[in-house]
Amino acid sequence: MKILVTAKRVEDPESKIKVKPDGTGIVQEGLKYKINPFDEIAVEEGLRLVAKHGGEVVVVSIGGKEVHEQLRHALAMGAHKAVWVNHTGPLDQMGVAGLLQKVVEKEKPDLVILGKQSIDDDQNQVGQYLAEWLGWGQATFASKAESFDSENEKNKVPALVVGADNKTVRVVREVDGGLATVECQLPAVVTTDLRLNQPRYASLPGIMKAKSKPIEELIPAGLGVDVTPKLTVTKMSAPPARKAGIKVPDVATLVEKLKTEAKVI
Amino acid sequence: MAALVELGHTAEIPAGGSFLVTEVGAAPIVTPETFTEEQRMYYRTAAQFTKEKVLTQAEAIERKNVAVLRGLLSEAGALGLLMIDVPEAYGGLGADKTTSMLVAEASSMLGSWSVTIGAHTGIGSLPIVWFGNAEQKARYLPKLATGEKVAAYALTETGSGSDALGAKTKAVLSADGKHYVLNGAKQFITNAAFADVFVVFAKVDGEKFTGFIVDRDTPGFSVGPEEHKMGIRGSSTCAIVFEDAKVPVENVLGEIGKGHRIAFNILNLGRLKLGVGVIGGMKHTLEAALRYAADRRQFKTPILQFGLIREKLARMATAIYAVESMAYRTAGLIDARLARHDKTAADYDQKTIEAIEQYAVEASILKVFGSEALGMVVDEAVQIHGGYGFTEEFPVERAYRDARINRIFEGTNEINRMLLVGMLLKKAMKGELPLLDFAQAIDEELMHRNLPRSSGGDELAEAALTAELVKRMAVYATKVAVETFGPEIEQHQEILGAIADVVMDAFALDSMIARTRQASADGALDPLRVAMVKHFALEAQPRSHERARRALMATAEGDALTTHLKKLALLDHFVPYQPTALRETIVQAAEHQGAYPFGY
Ligand SMILES: Cc1cc2nc3c(=O)[nH]c(=O)nc-3n(C[C@H](O)[C@H](O)[C@H](O)COP(=O)(O)OP(=O)(O)OC[C@H]3O[C@@H](n4cnc5c(N)ncnc54)[C@H](O)[C@@H]3O)c2cc1C
Repeated sequence: MKILVTAKRVEDPESKIKVKPDGTGIVQEGLKYKINPFDEIAVEEGLRLVAKHGGEVVVVSIGGKEVHEQLRHALAMGAHKAVWVNHTGPLDQMGVAGLLQKVVEKEKPDLVILGKQSIDDDQNQVGQYLAEWLGWGQATFASKAESFDSENEKNKVPALVVGADNKTVRVVREVDGGLATVECQLPAVVTTDLRLNQPRYASLPGIMKAKSKPIEELIPAGLGVDVTPKLTVTKMSAPPARKAGIKVPDVATLVEKLKTEAKVI
Repeated sequence: MAALVELGHTAEIPAGGSFLVTEVGAAPIVTPETFTEEQRMYYRTAAQFTKEKVLTQAEAIERKNVAVLRGLLSEAGALGLLMIDVPEAYGGLGADKTTSMLVAEASSMLGSWSVTIGAHTGIGSLPIVWFGNAEQKARYLPKLATGEKVAAYALTETGSGSDALGAKTKAVLSADGKHYVLNGAKQFITNAAFADVFVVFAKVDGEKFTGFIVDRDTPGFSVGPEEHKMGIRGSSTCAIVFEDAKVPVENVLGEIGKGHRIAFNILNLGRLKLGVGVIGGMKHTLEAALRYAADRRQFKTPILQFGLIREKLARMATAIYAVESMAYRTAGLIDARLARHDKTAADYDQKTIEAIEQYAVEASILKVFGSEALGMVVDEAVQIHGGYGFTEEFPVERAYRDARINRIFEGTNEINRMLLVGMLLKKAMKGELPLLDFAQAIDEELMHRNLPRSSGGDELAEAALTAELVKRMAVYATKVAVETFGPEIEQHQEILGAIADVVMDAFALDSMIARTRQASADGALDPLRVAMVKHFALEAQPRSHERARRALMATAEGDALTTHLKKLALLDHFVPYQPTALRETIVQAAEHQGAYPFGY
């Protein structure tokens, strides 16, 4: 099996994010970056499937040279090769999906696994666009029926189950109020939810091996994709600071305040 | 990693101790800013492991749950965290020392863990890596590299701590020539409760100090009860006892009578690693202090807003910048030397030992300066927590207790202070370091009032001048003491101690300034880094002057002393930077990040 996974570079959630005073973006100085956590889960799931069915995991990232850091991380986790779409400047979800479509057409994977969303823009659209434009089946929000402490997770049994003939994939999806199981023809697009797996660490020998794994460079113009954004961010602002709480002397006052001030009951 | 070579430094690699006799920035240095992507990745894996697997089990570890600690060693082994210094031929990574240091730093967020993993990979395994024969390496290293077996190191005895070579444990060859029979006991052995392999020092026939590899299941070998310790309570520390313990002759480590070479060279690396290790503890503690100070309100104000709290935080961050700058500079120098040798060559271990020995002065400085910087950081962190810092409720209470051991083991700070000056002098005598030439040049400068002047070049020109003059203070005081006492200087410990303090501040200043300039080579200096240098200089300069004065006062008297002190005064370059402004630059950056601002 050939599996294509994505590795977007996002701000490390442990970094403190500050919006620039003029609202044009965030202060980048001193920020740390990592693979979008949902994508990291996609990489992990790809590696587990390949461990079971054989084949290779190709990881792709779009961005400037700095995304090599995330590609190397995925390679250190065990991905076999990387594709770097060298693009700087603004890009909207359709631009991303368009570029990924070209990479898919070139790499011809049996399965594409992406994070359901990236934790910076939180759009939750790329996987869906990609499946639609490829004309492939899609299963979004892939999750797991069991807990992380289960024997299956400890033994790293994949949650996506590929049919014996390598023609279908069965996916447990997280939906409001429960889980739904769907089956797709391959090739297909799957997006991952948080509770799909626990990604492995990049081991030290893995990091050393990653050094010699190939990173192929592609440029948007060469792929024939127009990435002019249809969507632009006009302003960023921080959520209003939370007001300090108050202490109430008794339940009666609490009920009173909930009624008259908070107006929630 | 040949980072120094990559920095364009293809000529001579600076000798150990040369920071004292050359100008700031005389050669490019390795700094956190020059780490390779790969080195950063190694660090991140180790840091993620410490945060997610170790810190989350801190309570169980501190309760001496040996199964948890042993399990973590296995997990660390599976990730490759134990194989960094083991050669590739024996299942290791054979990585550079900078990587080894980065992983030590990442592991030090919890003292008990730091000491456990450090004793295994460092003092436990390295004697076999460096001094084992091919058969011993093949027998032990692959298993030590994966954590299948755990190692410990047994040098100290009840009667011989600092005086390590005064060991009483005795080894006698058996009649059939197949075994050495060991009798005696070792004290304070880290990892003893669960280690499988012990590197033990004993005197053959009560005379020849020799290393042995002792398996846990050796008949006649036993482990005593756990010590009840002030700190690093989760780590195992026990006595080990030999009662006619039969150790096969194949387990003699290195040559009979050459055990001191093993012991001293292992200590060189151990000191370096300790100095680097403290950085992780300091960063972690600073984060806790920043968090608490932001949350805790008194007088209707977060205490983070109070000047005296901010001053503490600025000192903490500055100390980290200082230790970091010295530590990775030193690791980089060792790597630059090693990069010139073939890793697979038969003499590579010997070259490694020599490269590390070359920077034994720097290693001792890092050990002393690092452990005392950590001491300051945990102390101020407790203070920032007020009464709550005195309760077990908050991790700073543990950090405070855990930090204390660092000033004691790997050679006490007293021993290391004396040692570092002694080693500088030895290097000078051997012609490896032009200390005497420099001392003469300083004499001339003082006589002709021809001292270095501020280059006026950049924001750090004045601080760089301070650094050059602090070096001169150290060398001047040394010269006077050596002229006065000759070899007897060894007996004058207060002089050595005072000089050591000046040398340490000189190394710190030099490293911080060189790093700051290098980090912003293509433009204006980073104001935050500049603030840290100046903030450090504000304390280091007068402190150095005082210590040098003290050394001279303990050396000379009467008119001679007056003359020396006048000369010393010529080297006094104190710059009255505005402390509040510096403090604000530093603390605002730390506050914004909720952490030490130059994380990697
Ligand atoms: C938790 C812990 C773990 C340890 N782990 C290990 C281990 O794994 N393996 C191992 O071999 N050892 C280990 N040690 C032992 C440690 O290295 C020694 O405790 C240390 O070397 C100091 O020796 P000592 O305790 O006998 O103190 P002493 O040598 O008795 O020193 C007492 C005081 O006298 C001072 N002093 C001694 N000699 C001089 C001198 N010549 N001039 C001036 N002052 C002097 C010292 O600086 C110190 O202040 C450990 C110790 C502890 C507490």
